[in-house]
Amino acid sequence: MSFRFHQYQVVGRALPTPTNESPKIYRMKLWATNEVRAKSKFWYFLRKLKKVKKSHGQMLAINEIFEKKPTTIKNFGIWVRYQSRTGYHNMYKEYRDTTLNGAVEQMYDEMASRHRVRFPCIQIIKTATVPVALCKRENTKQFHDSKIKFPLTYRKIRPPTRKLKTTYKASRPNTFV
Amino acid sequence: MPFRRYVEIGRVALVNYGPEYGKLVVIVDVIDQNRALVDSPNIVRTQINFKRLSLTDIKIEISRNPLKKELKEAIDKADVYNKWNKSSWGRKLIVQQRRAALTDFDRFKVMVSKIKRSSLIRKELSKLRKTQKA
Repeated sequence: MSFRFHQYQVVGRALPTPTNESPKIYRMKLWATNEVRAKSKFWYFLRKLKKVKKSHGQMLAINEIFEKKPTTIKNFGIWVRYQSRTGYHNMYKEYRDTTLNGAVEQMYDEMASRHRVRFPCIQIIKTATVPVALCKRENTKQFHDSKIKFPLTYRKIRPPTRKLKTTYKASRPNTFV
Repeated sequence: MPFRRYVEIGRVALVNYGPEYGKLVVIVDVIDQNRALVDSPNIVRTQINFKRLSLTDIKIEISRNPLKKELKEAIDKADVYNKWNKSSWGRKLIVQQRRAALTDFDRFKVMVSKIKRSSLIRKELSKLRKTQKA
């Protein structure tokens, strides 16, 4: 399972100066495709919050955060601030997935398709694992059924590897099961 | 034509695409419209898209998200692998695997026994024809 977005914990502070011997240390959890981009995003956010720049700051630690239990299904709530063509908006989105990285990847894909918002224009405010009782969206709540049962309608038959793909078939496919 | 094979917890499915190709897995939970959480005694519990699954007629009794141990017990109780190997779909797969594993000598043996069998059948058929003529 390879994810496009990895979750990193980034810790940094401003460089110590004669007036400020031990500046406050700040820690952020953010999503990026690799460590280099994560460090860059850290300074981007920190610049908006404190008067610190990468040129007079130092990175103390960067660690990747992995999913604790990737074999259980969780409902993730993601609070997003995004820039549309006309202004900034906040959104709350819910996703069902086994890992938080998977849910975040779903979120970026959905924002791009539904709202045409790309990665640089999205800021993740907060993510949380939402317990079943607090889920808001019908789309996630419809899967909260311990006796869930549905048929798979319209089955397209695929060759088991792309090598066995052919342009022409001898007979028309049967899409029922 | 009603639907007979449903996606439900305990449904046994055959993986028809990807690295787990050809394995029998049990649907342990449903993530969303396109994906299920799937488990089997010799794989790690993973999510898989329904497009990669072919549902079978076999269904076992498990609760949602069972322990690996409980899953193994339920599979043994329902005798999934024996039922599968006896079913017509399972038998066809076994024949396919056997045919794919034949050596050239084996294929020669198959050809010889096919010729012998058809000559026996033809002999009997010609005998029947003669008695019918008479």
